Amino acid sequence: MTKKKIRVLAAKPGLDGHDRGIKVICYALRDAGMEVIYTGLRQTPEQIVHAAIQEGVDVIAMSVLSGAHDYLFPRVMELLEEAGASDILVIGGGIIPEEDIPGLKKAGIRAIFGPGTPTSATVRFIEENVR
Amino acid sequence: MYDAKKLKEIEEASAGWAEKTAALVAKRPERKETFQTLSEIPLERLYTPLSESDLDYMEGLGFPGSYPYTRGVQPTMYRGRFWTMRQYAGFATAEESNKRYKYLLEQGQTGLSIAFDLPTQIGYDSDHPLAQGEVGKVGVAIDSLMDVETLFDGIPLDRVSTSMTINAPAAVLLAMYVETAAKQGVPSERLKGTIQNDILKEYAARGTYIFPPTPSMRVITDIFSFCSQHIPTWNTISISGYHIREAGSTAVQEVAFTLANGIAYVEAALQAGLKVDDFAPRLSFFFNAHMDFFEESAKFRAARRLWARIMKERFGAKSPKSLMLRFHTQTAGCTLTAQQPHNNVIRVTLQALSAVLGGTQSLHTNSMDEAFSLPSEEAVQIALRTQQVVAYESGVANTVDPLGGSFLVERLTDEIEQRAQAYLDQIDENGGAVAAIEQGFIQKEIQESAYAYQRAVESGDQVVVGLNKFQQEEAPPRNLLRVDPAVGESQVTKLNQVKARRDGAAVVSALEKLKNCAQGTDNLMPHIIAAVRCYASLGEICDILRGVFGEYRAVSTL
Repeated sequence: MTKKKIRVLAAKPGLDGHDRGIKVICYALRDAGMEVIYTGLRQTPEQIVHAAIQEGVDVIAMSVLSGAHDYLFPRVMELLEEAGASDILVIGGGIIPEEDIPGLKKAGIRAIFGPGTPTSATVRFIEENVR
Repeated sequence: MYDAKKLKEIEEASAGWAEKTAALVAKRPERKETFQTLSEIPLERLYTPLSESDLDYMEGLGFPGSYPYTRGVQPTMYRGRFWTMRQYAGFATAEESNKRYKYLLEQGQTGLSIAFDLPTQIGYDSDHPLAQGEVGKVGVAIDSLMDVETLFDGIPLDRVSTSMTINAPAAVLLAMYVETAAKQGVPSERLKGTIQNDILKEYAARGTYIFPPTPSMRVITDIFSFCSQHIPTWNTISISGYHIREAGSTAVQEVAFTLANGIAYVEAALQAGLKVDDFAPRLSFFFNAHMDFFEESAKFRAARRLWARIMKERFGAKSPKSLMLRFHTQTAGCTLTAQQPHNNVIRVTLQALSAVLGGTQSLHTNSMDEAFSLPSEEAVQIALRTQQVVAYESGVANTVDPLGGSFLVERLTDEIEQRAQAYLDQIDENGGAVAAIEQGFIQKEIQESAYAYQRAVESGDQVVVGLNKFQQEEAPPRNLLRVDPAVGESQVTKLNQVKARRDGAAVVSALEKLKNCAQGTDNLMPHIIAAVRCYASLGEICDILRGVFGEYRAVSTL
């Protein structure tokens, strides 16, 4: 019996163009056997939630380096709840100050991976936490 | 550079040395089986005159200030004057950023470098739905001429040079700068500065594009043409490898893709009917100073020689200024670690030194806290002091091109030039830089290098001190700069006030004329200046152009 592959939406919310990190994550998750769909740049929270539901993903992995995470991440969580899709595992990364992390977790983001995180840690977190 | 008899002597001695050393290594192995640069250029154990025995001094190096400019673009380099110390800065509102600029000038900075927020860089006003959460975050928010007037309040524009990191809407920000100067009584002929204006690397690596390539190239050549007549000492473009490198490329790819973009701009301008020596002297470049010290210094030298040859041989440029690759450098943000951030000061020092030894014209040194947020004032001060120590204390600025003649550095300079040239040939075969970007070729090359680097770090092959070796427990950093979320609202209030006060009919008429111009072929600049002058907003102007030109859709490369 083959295990069903974990499906991940890798997303860049907001106007930030820094996509090195999210692209590296895409490669690493694929190498770890997951199916990864990358949204490309400049996605609104609405577009991300729509794509996640459309694609039936298990995980949303978002990256923001512009400082707009404080608005964008919680907004994605609100929309997921409205759409009845709160069961999707949502994680984030980028340039995110330590002091913002508790607030983001309270909003439902399950983990924040900052600069220097090995991709293996992200892979492991997803494998252990996806339902 | 050596006669045949001497070379023979060196060759024999070298063979003997290699044999003895091999026996030694057999007993006591070196740290690694093979050594290479960050760009994967293999490194020998030792470089000798044999490594560069075919170097023709006059053809390959020559003299500083002379073709092919390998040793520098000016005859005296830093003995004449130091590089321009130019820290990239800007956040929140024009008022806040104006204070930071005045502080930096008081601290001995010699040029300004403006960071704009993302809505400004993508041509949206602060009240646009997509601007939510982004206003004032990564740079200063600019909506109308009024914001630029505030930004430079009390800063005489005939006495500073200003670099603006603005690309897709570069024409609009340049227009606002010209109008602000006019209000200060400074004619455009006396303005000095740079607009980044490099859209091709936005498609390839940085992401703040608006329009598709063809109309974007038209806006750029309109700027070239306008400036050659009205702002003769303005650098009309800063062709940037910096972001290509930050996105993960190697040093070789950085040189190759940057110069490929440069070639595309020259070709576009020639096609628009401009003469090469009218616009090429104002092309400038922007590179990254990364971690591999000698490779980086060699990279700058190789880029200078390669560009000089391209301009002379391919484009038949005659003016020496057209052949000179003048460049700004920024240390590599991607090498800064969030772990043990004080170590970043040392990284930045080494990177700054490599840029100075490579002959940069201006330099930004990163602040140690940039893996967390925009830099605090204290961190910026240390960064600026770093370059001041290199300039005033280290002695490296007291002679021109001190690495010239190093067996290793000359070998690496040749190697980088050859490898970059091989990429340029490949890009030419694929139809040039624009086609290579549209095919996703350049993006894929960059992202694959980024992933290879990440794997090397994770396997431990690439050591990053404090990150994957010599780690320690530490408390999260304090005193980080935070942009007040209220900036978004206050910016919208200011924009509404401007809109209420301006002559609405004049704005409508100016925008209508701009639209007609965009649909035709006349130079856009005078119309953009006219629109800016009556306080049409950045978003309004860009919306008109979006309506005519359409918007770029990125190709998927994953």
